[in-house]
Amino acid sequence: MARISLNALRHAYGPVRSDADYALKQIDLTWDDGGAYALLGPSGCGKSTLLNIISGLLVPTEGQILFGDRDVTRASPTERNIAQVFQFPVIYDTMTVYDNLAFPLRNRRLPEDRVDARVREIAAMLELDRDLTRRAAGLTPDAKQKISMGRGLVREDVNVIMFDEPLTVIDPHLKWKLRSKLKELHQRTRVTMIYVTHDQTEALTFADRVVVMQDGVVVQVGTPVELFEEPRHTFVGHFIGSPGMNVLPAEVSGGVARVAGHPVLDAPVIPAARRLEVGVRPEFVGFGTTGLPARVVRVADVGKARVVETRVGDTRVLAVVGEGQPVPDGDAHLVFDPARTALFADGWRVDAKGAAA
Amino acid sequence: MKTENQRAWFLVAPVVLLVAFNALVPLMTVVNYSVQETFGNNQFFWSGLKWFEEILTSERFQAALGRQLFFTFTILIIQIPLGIIIALAMPRRGIWVPVCLVLMSLPLLIPWNVVGAMWNIFALPDIGLLGYFLNQVVGIDYNYTRDPVAAWITLIAMDVWHWTSLVVLLTYAGLVSIPDAYYQAAKIDGASPWAVFRYIQLPKLSRVLTIAVLLRFMDSFMIYTEVSVLTGGGPGNSTTLLSIDLVKIALGQFDLGPAAAMSLIYFLITLAVSWVFYTVMTRNEGK
Amino acid sequence: MTVELRAVTRSVGGEVHIHETSLALKPGGFNILLGATGAGKTTLMKLMAGLDRPTTGRVFMDGRDVTDVAPQKRGVSFVHQFFINYPTMSVFDNIASPLRVAGLSKADIETRVGRAAEILRLTPMLKRRPAELSGGQQQRTAIARAIVKDAGLVLLDEPLANLDYKLREELRDQLPAIFADRGATVVYATSEPSEALLLGGHTATVDAGRITQFGPTPQVYRDPGNLATAGVFSDPPINVAAAVKSGDRVTLDGGLTWSAEGAAARLPDGRYHFAIRPHHVSPEGGTGVPVTGQVLITELSGSESVAHFALGPATWVAQSPGVHPWRVGEPHAFRIDTARGFWFDDNGRRVA
Repeated sequence: MARISLNALRHAYGPVRSDADYALKQIDLTWDDGGAYALLGPSGCGKSTLLNIISGLLVPTEGQILFGDRDVTRASPTERNIAQVFQFPVIYDTMTVYDNLAFPLRNRRLPEDRVDARVREIAAMLELDRDLTRRAAGLTPDAKQKISMGRGLVREDVNVIMFDEPLTVIDPHLKWKLRSKLKELHQRTRVTMIYVTHDQTEALTFADRVVVMQDGVVVQVGTPVELFEEPRHTFVGHFIGSPGMNVLPAEVSGGVARVAGHPVLDAPVIPAARRLEVGVRPEFVGFGTTGLPARVVRVADVGKARVVETRVGDTRVLAVVGEGQPVPDGDAHLVFDPARTALFADGWRVDAKGAAA
Repeated sequence: MKTENQRAWFLVAPVVLLVAFNALVPLMTVVNYSVQETFGNNQFFWSGLKWFEEILTSERFQAALGRQLFFTFTILIIQIPLGIIIALAMPRRGIWVPVCLVLMSLPLLIPWNVVGAMWNIFALPDIGLLGYFLNQVVGIDYNYTRDPVAAWITLIAMDVWHWTSLVVLLTYAGLVSIPDAYYQAAKIDGASPWAVFRYIQLPKLSRVLTIAVLLRFMDSFMIYTEVSVLTGGGPGNSTTLLSIDLVKIALGQFDLGPAAAMSLIYFLITLAVSWVFYTVMTRNEGK
Repeated sequence: MTVELRAVTRSVGGEVHIHETSLALKPGGFNILLGATGAGKTTLMKLMAGLDRPTTGRVFMDGRDVTDVAPQKRGVSFVHQFFINYPTMSVFDNIASPLRVAGLSKADIETRVGRAAEILRLTPMLKRRPAELSGGQQQRTAIARAIVKDAGLVLLDEPLANLDYKLREELRDQLPAIFADRGATVVYATSEPSEALLLGGHTATVDAGRITQFGPTPQVYRDPGNLATAGVFSDPPINVAAAVKSGDRVTLDGGLTWSAEGAAARLPDGRYHFAIRPHHVSPEGGTGVPVTGQVLITELSGSESVAHFALGPATWVAQSPGVHPWRVGEPHAFRIDTARGFWFDDNGRRVA
């Protein structure tokens, strides 16, 4: 097992004429040994490309991958000692569950008594021990996906196990079971795991640290709490959370950020940026007697709360109001929780020193 | 939807009629002949199962059936593995894919009697390219018109040349439909190329291969034209397969009763084997 | 259009898919069928569309018995979960296809396709092929095809299930507006309670081949008439425990006890089922009966956190806004706001 470092990775699938031709623009990342990571982003953001580069199914156009101190940029998947679980369960149809799990070990010529011990240990962990003698082809998709995971876990020397949207074909009501099983497996084995998904719940639930990608760039690496409470980029604020963060055009003057002419936030320094915005999550928008003037246009009762759609000028601002709290009719004043409101310059969060993060 | 169902019958009716005239009526004619005897003048006499008994116990029929089974078995044993090997060797993507596919399809596009005539001339020992080459350059005494072994080798070579492509195309279609993830997973599991074939490709091809075997069985079991043109069943009776013998009896000797009985036996064998294949296939699907 | 199922059933090979069901849809509004996968939502929609025939019972549209009428003559549109478009046709031709079948004039087709494309924001993509579009755009094309022919009944079978959740959010936001002034009766199947709540309208909860309740969406959610409805209309799953009421005390299976309040206080003594939604079990303080349970699993969605915890013999679920990574395997204090719970009798009927 080893720490995995990605240095100045860039990748393009075709000839490069401009920066836009890169599917991965510039990736510098370190994955610590034994961590539980998620790679989160919308489809087409480059997360699958990055995954295939780490697993060795793809050689990057530029840059370097290190496993520990060893440069594996051009090494094959077998040489890297990695495991991967695919979107659709890959199982060897004609083999029993036992033989499926034993397959990677037998290929590496492990003595049969070691194989047996390992297979039984992992099968017990995955709760597959009662199915060992059954043909894998006859199992349900979630059991098949567990076998795919098992073939990765069974190898003791594995550097990292990667999951490429592994719950796509799993029945919705079984998803959380498999998700929590995965989390438990990570805690028991402490193998580095990288989980690629476009689903925020899967990413935040599984990972200790989440890498959010957009358009071939990493926009934030952080814990689930950091991503929710302190998004470094408007994309993170928008992508994580349902509904996502409100992003309002702003201007800064006299140490104050204003939305539609109304002061909403202290901004000691004016950043030199083409586009200034104020971001605040709907959960941190309330109603008051003074504040940003707005118009309530729609209230959706979602049971445990109400989602209130308002307009500030032409800009849509959502507020989430808890059960039993009043919602004004028509004209209203919005109040932003100052601790949870931030200024963004060209998309990036401006911290207290005024520099864009 | 009841009304729609009844309307659907009208749409099916022409097919039912067509099948009836095409298959059922001639079949019944054959059944009719098979249980009667005629001495010409369009006079028929009931003869029960006499012809069936006679055919089944005749050495001539048994020999022809034996030759037929040997032929079918041999070409299956050659064509199926060869077809798989060629399909595995074909490129999976790129500009060579269409070229390979067209080359593979060519033998299938040639009319059967032309295939027979081609090989007939190609293998002639004095003027045929193959025959001349073997005799004059390699120095083997090869004459398929005289020597039964040479006749059989030529016959099988011709069929392999003609029909292996079908197995290749079917297998290739099966191969390209295997998702990339399987190959990637095998790479990661450290599987050898043999293991990839044995545990991924072969199981995923099992359905398509069953169909290939079935098609090749039926076609080779009923082969007539090419053999007739190439050897005419000779030398002697050495390549007289069931279909050739049937035509000899029916048209050569005009023994309608035995020929009809033989046709039915022939038909029942083909049907039985196909049925076995069908059940095997559908049972695999159910799993 | 009014649509009514009268005592319909549907069985296939001796297996009952739909038990006897009667339902009159809210005409010109959003009707949501909410239920788990396999509950019978798609079968119900097929019965309405005429793609499937009831084993017994009749289907009425605008007061006319249409049980034997073919789907193409019923004036319905159907949008599937998978984006079904004609792959070789442009987006324009895809949307225009039902109009061409109906034999409309070229000019007519152009104006109507243009209008549908505008509503679904597909105008810049009209010349492209479906394969060149994103999933959301492909599904919008399918929806455009459904609205372009101005069908009186539009059936949407989990149309957003196969989209990324951000796209789902966006499209879900637009859907009620798209259908708002068309006058069409819309039926929308979903397995997600939150989707039903966000769409509003009326909801029929479907459970194991039965409609368990039908009414305005928030009302069905707040006031479930039976345990099945409460179960279907809760995600994460509603907490249910067997309870005994004796005098003014309530005791749950497993020992948790409190003094009965509100409507529950007026219940006669006996055995009941007590059910409470996860967000009324708070891991963050608040009011209610305090309990301590070992956290088994946590799930974090973007703006909510869920904890599954062991309480006596059962697993309970708590939910709170925000992202809170509670430590798995450790005890945590929760508060059950028992006054917000529902009470059901042994037959699953709501009693308080």
